[in-house]
Amino acid sequence: MIKNISNLGDAALYCDFGNEVNKSINSQVIKYFKTIKEKKLEGINNLTPSYNKLIISYDLRKTNFKEVKKFIENINIENSEKTKSKKLEIPVCCQKNFSMDIKRLEEILKLSREKILKNFFNKEYFCYMTGFIAGMPFLGDLDKNMRAQRLETPRVKVPKGSVAVTEQFANIYTFESPGGWNILGNTPLDVFDSSKEEKPNLINPGDTVIFKEITLDEYNNFNE
Amino acid sequence: MSNNYLDIIRPGINTTFQDKGRDHLYHIGIPFSGAMDNRNYLIANKLVNNNLDSAVIEFAYQGPHIKYSGEKINFAITGDVIFSINKKDTEIEGNCYESYQIENGDEINILSTNKSVYGYLALGGEFDLKFQWNSYSINTKANIGSNDGKKLDVRQRINLKKINSNKDIKKTNYVNTKIENIRVIKGTNFDYFSEKGKKIFYEKEFTVSKLSDRMGMRLEGPKIENIVDTNIKSEGLIKGVIQVPADGNPIIMLSDHGTIGGYPKIGVVASVDYDRLVQISPGSKIKFKEINLSDAETLFKLYEMETKNLLSQI
Repeated sequence: MIKNISNLGDAALYCDFGNEVNKSINSQVIKYFKTIKEKKLEGINNLTPSYNKLIISYDLRKTNFKEVKKFIENINIENSEKTKSKKLEIPVCCQKNFSMDIKRLEEILKLSREKILKNFFNKEYFCYMTGFIAGMPFLGDLDKNMRAQRLETPRVKVPKGSVAVTEQFANIYTFESPGGWNILGNTPLDVFDSSKEEKPNLINPGDTVIFKEITLDEYNNFNE
Repeated sequence: MSNNYLDIIRPGINTTFQDKGRDHLYHIGIPFSGAMDNRNYLIANKLVNNNLDSAVIEFAYQGPHIKYSGEKINFAITGDVIFSINKKDTEIEGNCYESYQIENGDEINILSTNKSVYGYLALGGEFDLKFQWNSYSINTKANIGSNDGKKLDVRQRINLKKINSNKDIKKTNYVNTKIENIRVIKGTNFDYFSEKGKKIFYEKEFTVSKLSDRMGMRLEGPKIENIVDTNIKSEGLIKGVIQVPADGNPIIMLSDHGTIGGYPKIGVVASVDYDRLVQISPGSKIKFKEINLSDAETLFKLYEMETKNLLSQI
């Protein structure tokens, strides 16, 4: 449930669900997000769900903080339909050229390459949110022994498709962008496709993801 | 094939098509985009008898040099911009906020913005562009929007699919006002900063860094000390949010900002000051001034009324 609603500037509502990061709080955020989105309230521009916050930005020409707050406080989440979520399998190739930070991870985590990959692939992930760059999924949770900080100096260019980890999360760089996460591999799958106006994102908040290791040959032949 | 088109002789530094922007996409990571200085964008369209949500060419610092081919068309430039119109035998120094008619072979040479950042070129008609997610706006980081999401390039040809039949010449006496005091509303992490840090934020001057672009305005100045945590769990952002990362230098989120961020939010720029904020050029000094929510709402209403008045007089 929303613990507190405040204003973020003069054109957004900041709904705070607490400070913890877990599936149950995030599911609440996603429920609110989906319900509000369906109601299509005049004046609301954007909804940004994250681990434990929901930011609702609005057009100050059409509505204001008081009105949107009232609307959110009176919304009935229980009655909303159960939201659909998908289960997806993402192929990842961890060949040397792709797993750019595996050495760094071996040193930080004090685990062998084999062990790191085994831990990484042997797991089901939950999509908490998408964003930062278009379509990038934030997936959790990695085991405690797999958690590393981001790079001290972020890369200027992370290749498209890079699959990376930091702290308790994994993500996928949907296109070339700057970034500081530890790169383990690369997926040949298009996780964000801007030509699909309806559903550009393959992975959406609430979805479950498993990664499947593929060989370089499988990677190269993937799109054929 | 279109008979009316523009050839780009020189593209300028950061020249893109922009319009009102796109909404309802933050949750998948796509920012608002759109013209940085909304008021100047609207005036440009009005001066050439366009619909107010038509796409225009936005440029920063140095603008494009363009050759026009086709039947007669009007154009107008807004902002604080130095440009010339090159006709067969003459070169005319152009004035902003005034529409001009050009014909086959004429050139528009936008030399620079004057002590400001963004300028707008509107043509009386419609560009032949890809419309994506309800907008023509180009987001060069995600390669979204018209022109394959890329800046305009040299030797590129841009077609017009329509030319306005209303070719009345229009003029307005708008003067861009400059601001040094940016009004801000306290951010959700205001208490992450020390008393001294808060004081610095509201009392000291900051210099706009050269590393500023459509995504964000980076500031340099006395460091704002954080006493709680220099990271927060990543959460949504909106334009105008001022984040302070570990180095203590504030960054203001602008129209192409990443939709999620993990740095504490010290403040948010009041909507009323956004158009003028984005025009502050690197090297200039700014100061922040605190206002409350209800004052910010009232001031924005007044600003909107002023914009409407300006447009109705054109």
